Amino acid sequence: MERALNIVVLVKQVPDTEAERKLNPSDNTLDRASVDAVINYIDEFAIEEGLQLKEALIESGQGGEVTILTVGPERATESIRKALSMGADKAVHISDEAIRGSDAVQTAKVIAAALKTIEYDIVIAGSEATDSRAAIVPTLIAEALGVAGLTQARKVTVEGGTATVERVTDTGYDKVSGSLPAVISVVEKINEPRYPSFKGIMAAKSKPIDVKSVADLGLDAASVGLAGAPTQVVSFENAPPRAAGQTVKDEGDGASAIADFLAGKKLI
Amino acid sequence: MAEVLVLVESANGTVKKATFELLTAARAIGEPAAVVVAAPGTAAALKPQLAEYGAAKVYVAESDDITGYSVAPKAEALAAVVAQASPAAVLVTSTAENKEVAARLAFKIGSGVLTDAVAVDGDGATQQIFGGAITVQSKVATGVPVVTVRANAYAPQPSAGAAEEVAVSFTVSDAGKAATIVESVAEEKGSRPALADASVVVSGGRGIGAAENFAIIEKLADSLGAAVGASRAVVDAGWVPHTMQVGQTGVTVSPQLYIAVGISGAIQHRAGMQTSKTIVAINKDPEAPIFELADFGVVGDLFTVAPALAEEITKRKG
Ligand SMILES: Cc1cc2nc3c(=O)[nH]c(=O)nc-3n(C[C@H](O)[C@H](O)[C@H](O)COP(=O)(O)OP(=O)(O)OC[C@H]3O[C@@H](n4cnc5c(N)ncnc54)[C@H](O)[C@@H]3O)c2cc1C
Ligand SMILES: Nc1ncnc2c1ncn2[C@@H]1O[C@H](COP(=O)(O)O)[C@@H](O)[C@H]1O
Repeated sequence: MERALNIVVLVKQVPDTEAERKLNPSDNTLDRASVDAVINYIDEFAIEEGLQLKEALIESGQGGEVTILTVGPERATESIRKALSMGADKAVHISDEAIRGSDAVQTAKVIAAALKTIEYDIVIAGSEATDSRAAIVPTLIAEALGVAGLTQARKVTVEGGTATVERVTDTGYDKVSGSLPAVISVVEKINEPRYPSFKGIMAAKSKPIDVKSVADLGLDAASVGLAGAPTQVVSFENAPPRAAGQTVKDEGDGASAIADFLAGKKLI
Repeated sequence: MAEVLVLVESANGTVKKATFELLTAARAIGEPAAVVVAAPGTAAALKPQLAEYGAAKVYVAESDDITGYSVAPKAEALAAVVAQASPAAVLVTSTAENKEVAARLAFKIGSGVLTDAVAVDGDGATQQIFGGAITVQSKVATGVPVVTVRANAYAPQPSAGAAEEVAVSFTVSDAGKAATIVESVAEEKGSRPALADASVVVSGGRGIGAAENFAIIEKLADSLGAAVGASRAVVDAGWVPHTMQVGQTGVTVSPQLYIAVGISGAIQHRAGMQTSKTIVAINKDPEAPIFELADFGVVGDLFTVAPALAEEITKRKG
């Protein structure tokens, strides 16, 4: 029989998008302190996909375990507990003041280094974070590790030592497959994320969270964080709010009023 | 003058408009050079089109591996061109796939990547973050800047270029072949333009009431040659697929014209469309937040206004 698989789900804590998000004027980094923090929305789908995969592996007799991996400040513990209460088994939390201000490439390097310290067969991430909206960390981790990147998946199947996904494309989808270990990113709507049960919430309190620093990963602190970041924010300003234009009530002439407006702007 | 590499996007032998936008943007930074990374036999048909938009050179990196494996081979091919050309910058369009290609390229060449730029210059880019609430100036501090640029950020302007062909030899590494494309499946999408880079987008919201009424949105879109989008409410109801969702957890669009029909304008929807150049809204509720950002709004019933508008536009187009 094949051995049990280690599934690692990447969970990022992000500022709640309902709140007004800000940058720190002193160093142009994201203000993670002043607003409510939540699990990156799409990462809930990644957690669910990991849990379903584990359940299927247990069902088939092979077995599996789900580890949550988060790179983020101390308060990210809240998000990790939530992920554990959904049913993940344990967590690794990379928390180090030196990481603050890291960009996507640096974050991916930290995650790749963290993965090298644990056993992993399948890494599942969300496709995109609501704060960066970059959608590149998963592919960068695959690049850093030199393993298959099965990104933008709307369907995932694992069989034998191979993972196959339906990757969303402009025109439909690509069926993409690679041998394990592999890094997968999933899109919204791939499944229905479960709500933590009361039992799950209680159980999460005693699940292990392994907190590690940059030094624990064997990384040089100067290679991460704002000072060493390959990309830098030079300046920022609040965009002027969009001025509301003209609004008319339709009295049977609404359509022609829009057409006149579009013609005036040479849009038709 | 240093070269600025532009990764070419094409479909069926036609260069996409977004590539012409980037060739236009590249002219202000250096000498535009197009890079075709594709299956063998793709570049020949594209070359004359690239010449019309000022490509001084056309690097041709063709291999069956490009279509045989996902993402990674494209980044390896581009890295080979960067090594050959020592460019001032590399520009790619901001599609989901190209952002991945750009990121892997930056990783390989030890530089940084800036995504979703609305403007680029010699050392960096302008980005709009948090759904357009904040404008940031960013730069790449080490190495050749790799920038993904949003569609419609630049108006494509023709300019004659020599389009001198330069062959690129590269081999894809084993790691680059880790993700095999077993099959590419095209799903029926009709002849409408793709949402992400369309210059006009018409989106429908919960106000349409039922799946079959979505035809009203499609008709209006077709009268304008527009792409069709939707709010999440419509996607959640199962009326249209998730690929059509505009917003924070869907596609971000920045077209010349965005028409929101029966959409309230929730913050998560706005995050995906509020940098559109011109916004028009049709909604029966005068208090709907979408009117706060619409350049022109009509308070009225979409079931009468939208079909009448489609008819009016078709009529005026003659
Ligand atoms: C984490 C998260 C992520 C999200 N991501 C997205 C996203 O990516 N994209 C997105 O769109 N939403 C997203 N949402 C959902 C968002 O909050 C709204 O719920 C959604 O945008 C509402 O869609 P709607 O405007 O179509 O529906 P509603 O808010 O119900 O608005 C319908 C509008 O139609 C009007 N209307 C009704 N009938 C008529 C008629 N006959 N004629 C004219 N007007 C009519 C009504 O006045 C109303 O303004 C997200 C929410 C969360 C929490
Ligand atoms: N700091 C982080 N910790 C854990 N996972 C992350 C982190 N940053 C990004 N990810 C993962 O990568 C995905 C895409 O993020 P991004 O590339 O920033 O849009 C997220 O949905 C997460 O699954």
